[in-house]
Amino acid sequence: MLQFVARRLLEALVVVFLALTVVFALQFLAGDPVKLFLPTDTTQKEIEEFRGRLGFNDPWLVQYARFLRNALRGDFGNSLRQQEPALALVMLRLPATLSLSGVAMLLALGIAIPVGVISAARRNSWFDHLGIGATVLGQAIPGFWLGLMLIYVFSVWLRVLPTGGRGTWLHFIMPSVTLAAFVAARFARLTRSMMLDVLGQDYIRTARAKGLSPQRVLYKHALKNASLPIVTLLALQLGQLLGGAVITETIFAWPGVGRFLVQALLNRDFPVVLVGVFLTAVLYSALNLVADIAYAWLNPRIRYE
Amino acid sequence: MSSTAATLAPALTEPRRARRRLPLNRSGALGLIVVVLVAGAAVLAPAITPYGPADSDLVKTLQPPSRAHWMGTDQLGRDLFTRILYGARVSLTIGLVTVGISGVIGLVVGLISGYLGGLTDVVLMRLVDVQLSFPFILLALVVNAILGIGLQNIILTLIITGWVVYARLVRGEVLALKTLDYVEAARALGAQQMRIVVRHLLPNLWTPIIILSSLQVAQFIVAEAAISFLGFGVQPPMASWGNMLNEGKTYIYNAWWMTTFPGVALVLTALGVNLVGDWLRDTLDPRLGP
Repeated sequence: MLQFVARRLLEALVVVFLALTVVFALQFLAGDPVKLFLPTDTTQKEIEEFRGRLGFNDPWLVQYARFLRNALRGDFGNSLRQQEPALALVMLRLPATLSLSGVAMLLALGIAIPVGVISAARRNSWFDHLGIGATVLGQAIPGFWLGLMLIYVFSVWLRVLPTGGRGTWLHFIMPSVTLAAFVAARFARLTRSMMLDVLGQDYIRTARAKGLSPQRVLYKHALKNASLPIVTLLALQLGQLLGGAVITETIFAWPGVGRFLVQALLNRDFPVVLVGVFLTAVLYSALNLVADIAYAWLNPRIRYE
Repeated sequence: MSSTAATLAPALTEPRRARRRLPLNRSGALGLIVVVLVAGAAVLAPAITPYGPADSDLVKTLQPPSRAHWMGTDQLGRDLFTRILYGARVSLTIGLVTVGISGVIGLVVGLISGYLGGLTDVVLMRLVDVQLSFPFILLALVVNAILGIGLQNIILTLIITGWVVYARLVRGEVLALKTLDYVEAARALGAQQMRIVVRHLLPNLWTPIIILSSLQVAQFIVAEAAISFLGFGVQPPMASWGNMLNEGKTYIYNAWWMTTFPGVALVLTALGVNLVGDWLRDTLDPRLGP
């Protein structure tokens, strides 16, 4: 097990290192990186001065080495707008994003797993059909439109919820529902199909034959065995929530990393953008790592492959 | 030789037989109808509506749905229904072009990676891993912001960010196919590499690629809308459902139709494409259950 964890950790570190390289390379996607970092109305003299000061005239290998060295120390340069270290500015907004993602994930699981279990237990019932319909719809409705519709219904029309911002628990409702919808749909579908698989197994029949209550069979015997892929999806979907947060936070003016990134993109504040992209990749890789380890821990067969 | 022929036969004929008759189920038919309707609306837009997508009428701004303007007008007095029809052109163009090009790139990379193996495989797959270590929508947003706004750049963005899923899929399939008896047999008979790839591997790759593509079309359409919604991507006056929703957001207090109808169009299209995708998956590949 330890060996497995060590190997996966090493792989994750490689991915993080390569992600840094991608972030470095992103600057060159538009041709001249200096143009990204400066407003469009900058004079040629200012551009040259900026180029010299930040070392953009050096060979790219030298620039790359310097970028890596600084990144290792957590130095990604200052925000062009706020003249403060970009990393600190992004980190400041991380708790808001994590709390929103956490609440959304709990909400998604709290709805999706019971729905998936009941759908599977009562296959082809009206509940099952309703559940399938809801998941298909949940996967087709883009988060940003769901968010707009929620704002229209609950803020503009009924006037019961705030349109955006952060403060009371009321502020959590619409953004977390928006974020949770898509994820919940995937979980419900997966739970249902895994449960259908498991419910057909011999040991379930044995458990039933022993006279165990249907509840006990369903939750103790079936769900436990169906939970493996659900755990894996959990970590992967947490990563997707980080991506979804970009849009949800923008709609609901949620002061998290996602909204900060979109503003930085609109302001062409690229040091902030690069940090945000990099941090997301690190979090995402970490979550994948956790998923793999959890999977191996729950399923000993994987460890020895 | 006869045993080779026996293993060869099912592998080559099965996909073909499946392609000949695709039994339609109810949700598949529904999806197909929606997709045909949206495509028809996109192609016939000028014949359906008397207005142009950028025709503004400053006397008739923010009008609710009426007989003259079925879905109302926006802040510049443009007919919303017309803009949704023209928006369908943008969405479908983006969906099809990006899926086509990113699919071909991913196919080629996946074939090379899976077939050659070795160092080439390691390098290419690390590249794929890294790209997949960023959430898709975030990477697409950043790439688009760097490349710049406009229809061409959003297509380029989605190609740059979208090819990796194909590469990974194709590589996995090639690795599995490569070890099958009939490929070994072809190699033993002295078939050239190119012939093995084109005649023996490629025909077996179409099914997974078609299934993935149907899901990717919806994903790309929604991604474009999301990026345009955030103010990048396709810019007004060109109509895209995403930028229409972005404009609608500003007027959510006094013009509900501006945020409602483009979203309905987007959801219906995504739903239709997804239903067709599910149907294709269920009929072409019985191994993958719902």
